[in-house]
Amino acid sequence: MQIASDKIRDRPHVGLFVTCLVDVFRPQVGFAAIKLLEQSGCRVSVPTPQTCCGQPAYNSGDQVGTRKIAKTVIEVFEPFDFVVAPSGSCAAMIKLHFADVFSDDVDMKARAEALAARTHELVSFLVDQRGMVTTDAVFPQSVTYHDSCSGLRELGIREHPRRLLDTVKGLRMTELADSDVCCGFGGTFCVKYPDISNRMVEDKTSAIAASGAETVLAGDMGCLLNMAGKLKREGSHVETRHVAEVLAGMTDDPAIGEGD
Amino acid sequence: MEAKTHAFSANVADALEDEPLQRALQKLKQGFVVKRREAIDNLPEFERLRAEGQAIKDHTLGHLDLYLEEFEAKVAAKGGQVHWCRDAGEARKKILTICRSVDARTVTKGKSMIGEEIAINDYLEENGIEPIETDLGEYIIQLRKEPPSHIIAPAIHVPKEAVADVFRETHTDLDPERSLEDPRTLVDEARSMLRQKYLDADVGITGANFLVAETGSTVIVTNEGNGDLTQSLPGIHIVLASLEKVVPTLEDASTILRLLARSATGQEFSAYTTFSTGPKRPDDLDGPAQFHVVLLDNGRTELLASESREILRCIRCGACMNHCPVYGAIGGHAYGWVYPGPMGAVLTPALLGIERSHDLPHASTFCGRCEEVCPMNIPLPKLIRYQRRKAFERRLSGRVGRWGLALWVAVAARPALYRTFLSVLLFCVSLLRPRCTRFRWLPLASGWTKHRDLPAPATKSFFQIWKSRGSNSNG
Repeated sequence: MQIASDKIRDRPHVGLFVTCLVDVFRPQVGFAAIKLLEQSGCRVSVPTPQTCCGQPAYNSGDQVGTRKIAKTVIEVFEPFDFVVAPSGSCAAMIKLHFADVFSDDVDMKARAEALAARTHELVSFLVDQRGMVTTDAVFPQSVTYHDSCSGLRELGIREHPRRLLDTVKGLRMTELADSDVCCGFGGTFCVKYPDISNRMVEDKTSAIAASGAETVLAGDMGCLLNMAGKLKREGSHVETRHVAEVLAGMTDDPAIGEGD
Repeated sequence: MEAKTHAFSANVADALEDEPLQRALQKLKQGFVVKRREAIDNLPEFERLRAEGQAIKDHTLGHLDLYLEEFEAKVAAKGGQVHWCRDAGEARKKILTICRSVDARTVTKGKSMIGEEIAINDYLEENGIEPIETDLGEYIIQLRKEPPSHIIAPAIHVPKEAVADVFRETHTDLDPERSLEDPRTLVDEARSMLRQKYLDADVGITGANFLVAETGSTVIVTNEGNGDLTQSLPGIHIVLASLEKVVPTLEDASTILRLLARSATGQEFSAYTTFSTGPKRPDDLDGPAQFHVVLLDNGRTELLASESREILRCIRCGACMNHCPVYGAIGGHAYGWVYPGPMGAVLTPALLGIERSHDLPHASTFCGRCEEVCPMNIPLPKLIRYQRRKAFERRLSGRVGRWGLALWVAVAARPALYRTFLSVLLFCVSLLRPRCTRFRWLPLASGWTKHRDLPAPATKSFFQIWKSRGSNSNG
């Protein structure tokens, strides 16, 4: 693994925002994130009073509820040099939307903005802030990559995961057709409008099948659970993993939704 | 048209079962989307134009009264007349009064979304005047007695075989032996039917893509030339437009025109861009004797003062719906009124009221593709979220969803409680886990498991493992 030399000297203190879906469904992604952050020369802490970024409330139009959750997140993560999340959508929530919910509270708004400036999605943080250019990982499979919407369009993450995946030994990348089109997860959308969501994820799993890849990767657990759930329901053998697992070389566990 | 926005779920179920519609939607994804991409790639100054377009609209909206008054004065100076209409009812009555003044029997119509918004065709029919749509797509759906399903391609849901069927049904003089398989023959057939209608019409109604304040001109873009015949052959031309269509100068209109067709169909320019300024002058060879502009507010002044005002920059290109994966799954009719897709999810609740249309802003994944392609830089997800806030404040979503959310917020804002809650949940799951790596069914989760498995949660959460390893907690 290689890190740009000017990034090695400082040793920033990173607070890992685990995200609720990683906490519950895929703890290994959290540990992969810690490993990658430490490889990139960071000191990592995982403050335990963390819960959720507040997106379910925010996107349901509940401003008061969002404020309560956002306040908790801000208080817990303020002491760190950086906040890093293995999710584009949770990182974007803190980075782009927290300030919006405190529009009539000058003090909290300023604190939200200060935290936003130090908040990053994991893979883009490794590449842009830590200068990571290669990994030590080995993953001898053909993979394809789904660009999760928030990471792609709110945070501009497109090349970062591809650049690092390119350095994983044995990994063969096949681009996914319409990789930038939503998989149909959309938080509460997928349970509120299951039939529309299904049509969207069907398009996605067809594209995945057409890519011929053995494993599909993405950077957000929401999309991954949705795609894995549909692939398994369809009886597909394609496996689903978070990109951090592959970059950290932590792929011994079964893939998402697969047997022990 | 009658709003069916409240029946969204039923509309969606119909749309997903509608195979011709689904085939049409697949084509849409490959058609407009690809063509727009190519057109934008060939225009290096696209981003600059987009910023200019946004600035023009923002400036105009900031001085709307000024530019509308200037527009009215210029129209009057050229011999035309502007009629200010507060709502759909006023606009309908005004149009009827103008039609009655010449005992109009038939009216030709160019494509106009405002015409749909005020349901002018139904109203004219009820009052004994026959409206005839002259845009091919609009003509087809008028024969089929349907609303448009797309703002620029109103009959996109109709396969060509169905067009042939409706022509055979309604064109009584049509030779039954004549083949209507080729789209060309369908166009010829419509043209031959419409030709006489243009000549017979007493009044021509068009919409407007722009109203130009400095000249009092109205502008339409079409690909069929039907607008020109509609507005220049009858004795009266009525332009039906909402008030945010005004721009200060011809130069401003040309800037936005460069964005419009590229964003809509991927064309550099529409086949016809027609500027109309006042009625026929003494030396003109043709043109209408009277020129009226029916200027509709219908909730827009209120919208201008609201947090959703940016939607008034919309130029009706349709790019947001062409790129919307939800529109791509269900098409336009499911949205239940005139404006579908992301712009409709903002505009419909703003115009009809959120009570009747709260499903529209909720049926979005916030994927952001609409904002990415909008030539006017309208932050559509943000505006859609504003509508969700309104719906939440008025408790319009289902009780189960609201209570579930309230529970989630209460737990998520209390980290200790949250951990306990998760431990209990994961303990319950761990009882099942040895046999179960994913669920095909779960109580209260049928929305998920109806179409996909749910990967089982981990037996131990990240934080349980983290704690058991005795790792640091606060640095």
